[in-house]
Amino acid sequence: MSGFWSWFVITLVVVNVLAAWWLIWWTSRPIPREESETTQHIWDEDLEEYNNPLPRWFLNLFYLTIVFSVIYLVLYPGLGNFSGLLGWSQQGQYQAEVEQAEARFAERFARFAELSLEELAREPEALAAGHNLYMNHCAACHGSDARGAVGFPNLRDGDWLWGGSPRAIRASIARGRTGVMPGWEAVLGDQGIVEVTEFTLALSGREHDAELATAGAPRYQQFCSACHGESGQGNTSLGAASLRNDRWVHGGSREQIADVIRRGRTNIMPAQLPILGEQRVDLVTAYVLSLNLED
Amino acid sequence: MENQPSTYNDQVVRQFALMTIVWGVVGMAVGVLIAAQLLWPALNFDLPWLSYGRIRPLHTNAVIFAFGGSALFATSYYIVQRTCHVPLFAPRLASFTFWGWQSIILAAAITLPLGITQGKEYAELEWPIALFIAVVWIAYAVVFFGTIIKRRVQHIYVANWFFAAYIITIAVLHIVNNLVIPVGLWKSYPIYSGVVDAMVQWWYGHNAVGFFLTAAFLGMMYYFVPKQAQRPIYSYRLSVVHFWALISIYMWAGPHHLHYTTLPDWAQSLGMVFSLMLLAPSWGGMINGIMTLSGAWHKLRTDPILKFLIVSLSFYGMTTFEGPMMSIKTVNALSHYTDWTVGHVHAGALGWVGFISIGSLYALIPRLWGREQMYSIKAMDLHFWVATIGVVLYIASMWMAGVMQGLMWRAVNEDGTLAYTFIESLNATYPYYAIRLLGGVLYLGGMLIMVWNVWKTIAGAERPVAQPVVTTVSA
Repeated sequence: MSGFWSWFVITLVVVNVLAAWWLIWWTSRPIPREESETTQHIWDEDLEEYNNPLPRWFLNLFYLTIVFSVIYLVLYPGLGNFSGLLGWSQQGQYQAEVEQAEARFAERFARFAELSLEELAREPEALAAGHNLYMNHCAACHGSDARGAVGFPNLRDGDWLWGGSPRAIRASIARGRTGVMPGWEAVLGDQGIVEVTEFTLALSGREHDAELATAGAPRYQQFCSACHGESGQGNTSLGAASLRNDRWVHGGSREQIADVIRRGRTNIMPAQLPILGEQRVDLVTAYVLSLNLED
Repeated sequence: MENQPSTYNDQVVRQFALMTIVWGVVGMAVGVLIAAQLLWPALNFDLPWLSYGRIRPLHTNAVIFAFGGSALFATSYYIVQRTCHVPLFAPRLASFTFWGWQSIILAAAITLPLGITQGKEYAELEWPIALFIAVVWIAYAVVFFGTIIKRRVQHIYVANWFFAAYIITIAVLHIVNNLVIPVGLWKSYPIYSGVVDAMVQWWYGHNAVGFFLTAAFLGMMYYFVPKQAQRPIYSYRLSVVHFWALISIYMWAGPHHLHYTTLPDWAQSLGMVFSLMLLAPSWGGMINGIMTLSGAWHKLRTDPILKFLIVSLSFYGMTTFEGPMMSIKTVNALSHYTDWTVGHVHAGALGWVGFISIGSLYALIPRLWGREQMYSIKAMDLHFWVATIGVVLYIASMWMAGVMQGLMWRAVNEDGTLAYTFIESLNATYPYYAIRLLGGVLYLGGMLIMVWNVWKTIAGAERPVAQPVVTTVSA
């Protein structure tokens, strides 16, 4: 804020507060007793006004709030660029609270830091924290039971798009992932999509139309196998789903599978490291690992 | 003054008075529906135009601007004539404000469910409608101030100060907050960006509360309370003090809607301290209203209109105490984004704005249709009790829900993780949502009693007789 605007704000505030003070001081002075009780004005036949003095408690309340406000504006930022005698700022308050919290939890986290992800996944205290973090940061998409939803992977079916090792899971959580399946409508055409859908169903061992699936096989090899693999085993370095296990992120009905082939999908897992920090990412990873240990 | 018509222009007052009741029922019914949707989400029937996000603004616009707005047009037109001892200036323009305002409401009722919105709370209506609002509002100002100018009494009655402040300020607020660049017939972007846009929005938003929902309804209070109590107003000096203090201090209070955001610290502090200094000026109106009744307390036993008026002042006092408290940063850190805010707003909206309007209409309608009093005094009494229980259930449940949510959201485990997920706080709120819904249903039920009573009152009336202008020039 430039000096002009700072003084502009200060002037307006001071004038308004002084004006309020003057107003109540001026109107609360005793006035000479008037001849009649009312102000002598009459509207609409019977509307009149007394001119009683202001109640004492009302005046004091008003003065009190003004005094409080003046003191507050001396201590805290408010008058333009003047930052207040206490040097308070909301960023400062936030930083102080964060540091206080970090100090308080440091000991506990230092103990966790000595453990590997696999060890953390068997450590009840770490899992309790990981569970709470999961519920607040992950459950909205992956579900409170971590079984996912359409478009959001199930985290306890053992099927990992980007790899199921502790390191890979941690990387997915920390850095996020962007999975892209292109749409094949222009390349395959309607008939091609029907055929590749049937072939995909065949790969996963589902009921399918054998004739169409056979027709889809060469198309699959030509267009899909580069990512999903010759035998549909998928590729965790690309996030290409395995097509052999009948587990479907975007829904497993014939129509849903055909739609994914036709229009493609872009799926984003947001990076959690900037939000949670290294230690808490470890805890969430450990929690996700633990879900798969139990099963 | 020779050619002055000898009767008041009450046609436009009657029109606005009836539409107040119609829009009250509609707006509150939508409120009941969205309250029910929070309990049973399936009640949006998977229709986009019935979804919560679209009809919640419909509810707020309908109750504030359709119900509240029509009530203010009706009473301000009635009061300014009576207290200036002249008929309305420019009666045709007054008639234009009626049809204009109703068409704006209709446009809101169509565009909001369609998802056409500026996305600014209480200023959702897109630029063509916003532009027309400005036109109608300026016409309103011409009628009102024209009537003031040609008044036949020297002193301007206190109710008119408040109406005047509200009409001028709402014009300024509305125009500044709606400075947008249209990019199509139903889409526009504000000329402000980021936190400046937010600050302009809440400067508007809070003063819409301050001038539309507070100052203007105080104008209503300053006429109907002394009229109904048949007592002089308690203190002229208090009127002066609280009027000037209220309108000057209110202007600063908007930033308290943006505590702990990217709004600079200095603006947040000013929002807070001016909100605190607003307590006494706000209470000035309550003191003047309640003390006017002192000496006529016995009338409360028999007159349901006075009951509505006095209880409205009590809710006004409660809400204007709660508001400054909630503006304190420490309190706000707990209350903000919770249902406490919703409870606070409804203490003001149902308790203050609703009750003062209902009481005033019960006083006004028989006079407008040339009847002694409303058709059924018992029905008014019933309305009073049903509505009072409704408000109490509503605000008490939302207070509890809000404080509980605030505490749940900030509860932290020993390991520094949050103790509750958001969903858990939502789950814990369900019983309170049910109580709130019951409160809303009761309040709406009260309005339906009013519809019946008004219907009976008007149906039995002869053709309304125009009332002669007061000729005494004494004020």
